[in-house]
Amino acid sequence: MSQLATLRLRRVGLFFASLIVLLTAFAGSAPASAQSLHSGVAIHTEDPAVSQPTIIGTVKNDGKGVAGVKLRVTGPGVDEVVTTDADGKWQLVVTTKAKYEVAIDLTSLPKGVTLRDPDTTVRVADVSVTDKAAVLFPLGKSTRVIQSFSDQLMIRLFAGLNLGLLLAVAAIGISLIFGTTGLNNFAHGEMVTFGALTGWMMAVVFNLPLVLAGIITVIASAAFGYFQDAAVWKPLRKRRVGLNQMMIVSIGFAILLRYVLLMIFGGDTKVLSGEYEAVTFGPVNTTITSIWSMLLATVTLAAVALFLTRTRIGKATRAVSDNSSLAAASGIDVERIIRIVWIVAGALTGLAGLFYGLQFQATFQTGSQILLLLFAAVTLGGLGTALGATVGALIIGFVVELSSLVLPVDLKYAAALVILILVLLVRPQGVLGKKQRIG
Amino acid sequence: MDWIQTFNLTVGVILDPLTAAYILCAIGLSVHFGFTGLLNFGQAAFAAVGAYGMAIGYLTLKLPLLTAMGFALLCVVVFALILGIPTLRLRADYLAIVTIAASEVFRYLMSTSAFKDVTGGSNGLSQFGYDFFDWNPIPDGQYAFGPFNWTADQFWLRVFAFGLVGVATLLVWLMMRSPWGRVLKGIREDEDAVRSLGKNVFSYKLQSLIIGGLFAGLGGIVFVLSMSNVQPQTFVTNFTFMVWTVLLLGGAASMLGPIAGGMVFFALWVFVNEILAGMAAVGWLPFLDPAQVGQVRFILIGLALMLLVIFRPQGMFGNKKELRFNG
Repeated sequence: MSQLATLRLRRVGLFFASLIVLLTAFAGSAPASAQSLHSGVAIHTEDPAVSQPTIIGTVKNDGKGVAGVKLRVTGPGVDEVVTTDADGKWQLVVTTKAKYEVAIDLTSLPKGVTLRDPDTTVRVADVSVTDKAAVLFPLGKSTRVIQSFSDQLMIRLFAGLNLGLLLAVAAIGISLIFGTTGLNNFAHGEMVTFGALTGWMMAVVFNLPLVLAGIITVIASAAFGYFQDAAVWKPLRKRRVGLNQMMIVSIGFAILLRYVLLMIFGGDTKVLSGEYEAVTFGPVNTTITSIWSMLLATVTLAAVALFLTRTRIGKATRAVSDNSSLAAASGIDVERIIRIVWIVAGALTGLAGLFYGLQFQATFQTGSQILLLLFAAVTLGGLGTALGATVGALIIGFVVELSSLVLPVDLKYAAALVILILVLLVRPQGVLGKKQRIG
Repeated sequence: MDWIQTFNLTVGVILDPLTAAYILCAIGLSVHFGFTGLLNFGQAAFAAVGAYGMAIGYLTLKLPLLTAMGFALLCVVVFALILGIPTLRLRADYLAIVTIAASEVFRYLMSTSAFKDVTGGSNGLSQFGYDFFDWNPIPDGQYAFGPFNWTADQFWLRVFAFGLVGVATLLVWLMMRSPWGRVLKGIREDEDAVRSLGKNVFSYKLQSLIIGGLFAGLGGIVFVLSMSNVQPQTFVTNFTFMVWTVLLLGGAASMLGPIAGGMVFFALWVFVNEILAGMAAVGWLPFLDPAQVGQVRFILIGLALMLLVIFRPQGMFGNKKELRFNG
């Protein structure tokens, strides 16, 4: 039984590992585009004198090297087949620093021997940064545990709920800001990043207890929200800059913030999670941090709902969302409400970033990677309705996770975005939106 | 610091084929946004469809290169129809979100390992387009004009790329002074007024989306011809935002805006890089690691985009009356 449990744990670990690989693949994307532009125009900056990148590897079975196994290495300008020597070793010198794919030729293996993980016949060798990369193909009996469909479904539903709650906390901020000011804030993702990286700095660099780190993060994020409104958006509202114009300003602001965060925190992946106690119920394996973050997210969402429906400020917020001129005419200080909305949105989004950093990992691009999912959630639910954003976020969370039951895992974000486009086709105002809003 | 080299690089990039590729995308965006008022944030996808259309047409369908280019443009038209029919009836900001979502979906589809045999997955495709240089009518040799110094193939690539830019600009000029172009501008100014005159606004918007998309598709083709490979991570959302910056810098509703915007943008891009790298190398910027120079440039792009849109939304060449961001 305990062996089975470790296997399951490994399976979940594999899932998260693949998620991390996916995320780092995205993380590489912006610098890559910058580089591709760069290499076209300023070739002289590349130093030709560096040593040649080399991919090495060993094919082993029961601790002994296997000779005569064929592997095919592909990458930019390279497509070569190498064969292992008597010790099971092989190597290939390449010219370009890049990621290469190494595929093992299963027919060249000795009889009765297969890969230990039969699904992984292709592995990636990354010599884009370092000069050497090793690729290992362990042989032996397959150690994979086949899960029943219902178990997989349970695991996916749990992961979907987790992601959905997390997205909901961040998406409410977008929805409140859009409702009160009409701004589609493309810089919202950077508030998620800010929360995740501030949390990392407090918990890992300053070594504070997690609860204290969380409280500081939320306060800092609230201040960050206030600062954004005061420094950028309030002056623009005063200038009566158009909404579409403001949307493009927010894109510029997002790029600005993202690279400022990169300069401050560096480009490496920040691990916030550490060692946390594992929790198992049924087929689902998770950690105590995930459970806590889901509980806290649920409580936060409920608190926001109560705030909006029961308190005076909440009611005023909804009044401004509905019709800001009418709200102003009936004595509501619209600018004050907008200020409060930015502070609340900052705090909520920073909290969501902290949850994200705790459960997955954080880089300077974390927020911009989930920004589209947030927009999808808000648009799905109905632009400008806070409750709609929650519903939309849960739908997106489930779609992202459940899609990997039938689709390749690297298409799961695409699935969520396709759902967004399809829903807009039949119901442009979103699930809970009012029809008048689509204009 | 080597001033001559800085000067040569800065001037050299003005006639770089990649600059031409961005200019073509910006011309397409000027049709969408500058003249029709469509907030298209998926220009990267149109370029990507052009690029992948040509690469796949050549490698998988084994078409001759010229036919593959035609196939790529056909793909762009199909993509514009798929994107436009459901979304062009929506309000402008919905269109922005849906186009950016669609461009990411296309990128995920190109980089997934599921279609690796056709798309090359995350590695993309290479080993194509050499035929392009067989068409080169320019005799072999080295061609030097002032700071420019090209081989015959480089010269040919630039003639082709900037030839396309010239043709595209001429076409846009002809289109926008026709009655058809006036309807587009009318849609930009007041959609309902145009509708009340009995024009089918949706159909005009769709035509604008297709035509602007075709220019971006040509941009994608130029991009991959000059790199002789195509990779999905080229066409991230930052590509689209760069095209927007180029367009807004030059002026969204002007003929020469995209060209001037592209040339100035990339000249500054290289110049700032050289200056910062030079200053960091001699220790004038103690807080700046040489590796961080590239990051500063992105901060400057973000700042430039913000300031442009706030203080000079018409760009360098635009007429302020012509460009009011609707809404």
